[in-house]
Amino acid sequence: MPAITTPPSRRDKPAAVHGVAFILKKATLSALVALVLFSLMIGVRTEAGPTGQLIFWTRFGDLAMMVAAVFGGSILVELLRQAIAKRRGAPLISEQAQAKFTGLGRFLGPALLVFTFLVPVLFYDQRYILDLGILVLTYVMLGWGLNIVVGLAGLLDLGYVAFYAVGAYSYALLATTFGLSFWICLPLAGILAAFWGMLLGFPVLRLKGDYLAIVTLAFGEIIRLVLLNWQHVTGGPNGISGVPRPSFFGIPLTPADDGLAARLGIEFSSTHRVVFLFYIILALALLTNWVTIRLRRLPIGRAWEALREDEIACRSLGINTTKTKLTAFATGAMFGGFAGAFFATRQGFISPESFTFQESALVLAIVVLGGMGSQLGIALAALAMIGGFELFRGFEEFRMLVFGAAMVLLMIWRPRGLVGHREPSIFLQTKTAISSSLVKEGHG
Amino acid sequence: MTSAAADILEVMHLSMRFGGIVAINDLSFSVKRGDITALIGPNGAGKTTVFNCITGFYKPTTGMLRLTHGDGREFLLERLFDYRVSKNAKVARTFQNIRLFAGMTALENLMVAQHNPLMRASGYTLLGLIGAPGFRNAENDAIERAKYWLDRIGLAARADEAAGNLPYGDQRRLEIARAMCSEPALLCLDEPAAGLNAREGEDLSKLLLTIRKDHGTSVLLIEHDMSVVMEISDRIVVLDYGVKIAEGTPREIRDDPKVIAAYLGADEEAAIAVMELDA
Repeated sequence: MPAITTPPSRRDKPAAVHGVAFILKKATLSALVALVLFSLMIGVRTEAGPTGQLIFWTRFGDLAMMVAAVFGGSILVELLRQAIAKRRGAPLISEQAQAKFTGLGRFLGPALLVFTFLVPVLFYDQRYILDLGILVLTYVMLGWGLNIVVGLAGLLDLGYVAFYAVGAYSYALLATTFGLSFWICLPLAGILAAFWGMLLGFPVLRLKGDYLAIVTLAFGEIIRLVLLNWQHVTGGPNGISGVPRPSFFGIPLTPADDGLAARLGIEFSSTHRVVFLFYIILALALLTNWVTIRLRRLPIGRAWEALREDEIACRSLGINTTKTKLTAFATGAMFGGFAGAFFATRQGFISPESFTFQESALVLAIVVLGGMGSQLGIALAALAMIGGFELFRGFEEFRMLVFGAAMVLLMIWRPRGLVGHREPSIFLQTKTAISSSLVKEGHG
Repeated sequence: MTSAAADILEVMHLSMRFGGIVAINDLSFSVKRGDITALIGPNGAGKTTVFNCITGFYKPTTGMLRLTHGDGREFLLERLFDYRVSKNAKVARTFQNIRLFAGMTALENLMVAQHNPLMRASGYTLLGLIGAPGFRNAENDAIERAKYWLDRIGLAARADEAAGNLPYGDQRRLEIARAMCSEPALLCLDEPAAGLNAREGEDLSKLLLTIRKDHGTSVLLIEHDMSVVMEISDRIVVLDYGVKIAEGTPREIRDDPKVIAAYLGADEEAAIAVMELDA
């Protein structure tokens, strides 16, 4: 079982315990802030009267309740914090538990993979689960693709959806205009997305951190706006419909006489296509995973990680940081393009609405939540984010609230993501997982 | 051998200005092949600026930096793009505040240093991706070299530990080993003994002497620890306010009144250190 190494300086912080006066003071302050905030939001209610004049009434009772709740909550939180602080020394999750989690991960990965392979068999007649599975796998793939840029190279990319869009539109346009098949378009979509990744890379190479993030964000929006406004090519807001479905190596999955079902002599079912799509995205996701794992062990992958750790040291060792960043952007973008092409063939219809900033944010959240750089963590995070979002459907309008709270709690529990430690790419004697407190997040 | 070929690095009329501030003013000195040359001077004398000019991090305002390899190839360092100073001209450096890849293991740090030859061997990733035997061999060679250097700095047992987790002295030596893994012709060390205790300082001196003896690498170092400087340097160049005030063997520098004055004027402790060594 791999041990986790931590820097020595973290444990000897004295636990901060304060008296009643401190707690009361803090709670009063919180209540005061709440009073100021809520006095207009809750205390006064305005509405347009029947003739258009302003009518308002006061709700001081509700206001008082809210302020009291904040006061009480503040005391509770402070007491809780102190209770936790007392057993500081060990972090919230002990080192042993973390190590166990790592050991568990070794079995969890293969188990999850086997389960994923069996999903279409187990849930053959549950279309909803199959569709959800495809959606989760799409985000797993996007997460793994973005992980190359954000997790390995440490370049914060807020416009990843742009490459997803480039891939989707590449396939849709090539297939509807030239009648090319999915299997020819798939690599083309990847290459085109990689090309756009390089184009984005060039202007942002000199930028770091926040500035890089803003420019990539803008790039994502530019791509979306071009797709929206370039009417005669992209169809503008109407999008592209009638995107061809993938064929099973030339054999269409239709009820026609030359369809796969007819040739195999089985009854046609629309589920066949869903299962087929499921395995396509699974294969694509696994390809992404395999390539990433291999690249990490090659000089280019190590250069990406070194870039995340210290760019200046990289330069002093003769590493061309420009090229290294560009390859990271291009590789990440390529997998985004593959995923986009798959998205187009699965939906059969694409429009710029599917490629908003929300998607970029979601994929980035998956990468951050999963633990930057960890393949298993990202897969779990995608499952939790996409699957969990569906799971909370019962909460109706509180869904976002519950979901947000769950994310905040997760980040408190494991600030560096589900799998926060780093596996070394090469070892001599023992493979020792590296604690997340040592691994940098990258700065540009 | 002519004097030009005997010098691995010639710094000629180097000046560096930041706005109105003159950090280096018309500095000329040379580093002899196979020598350990020390660059000393009070704080703010411009030593690190000289290093940054040599290693391509700054573009000098004026002046020329000529590096000559043993086979006669010449490089004008001030014209090379930053990473090419290391890749082509083979100048490696360490940093005043250690810049290891803290989240990577000691071994990985040394592997990253061999990026360029490994990149070529991996067919710029394509051959490596399919696991071509040529790349396997190159990688094994790289691991062997890394092991050799880990042995050299006494870290063979901790090869798989995160670099950021190593004790400070080990990190200093690992950074030197990392620079050496890029097989430099000239090794530039920026205060390698800073923060080391007396025993670690001695280990460092030994390491630098063996680097020169076994690998023929020329060394240029900035150092405040006078015991290290006086013990291992063949030549010393003294800077003050961006101007060279003295150059010579350790013995000559020790007796130079200008050097003592510079240190006395700037930093009493260092001046006393210089004079104590003299006694």
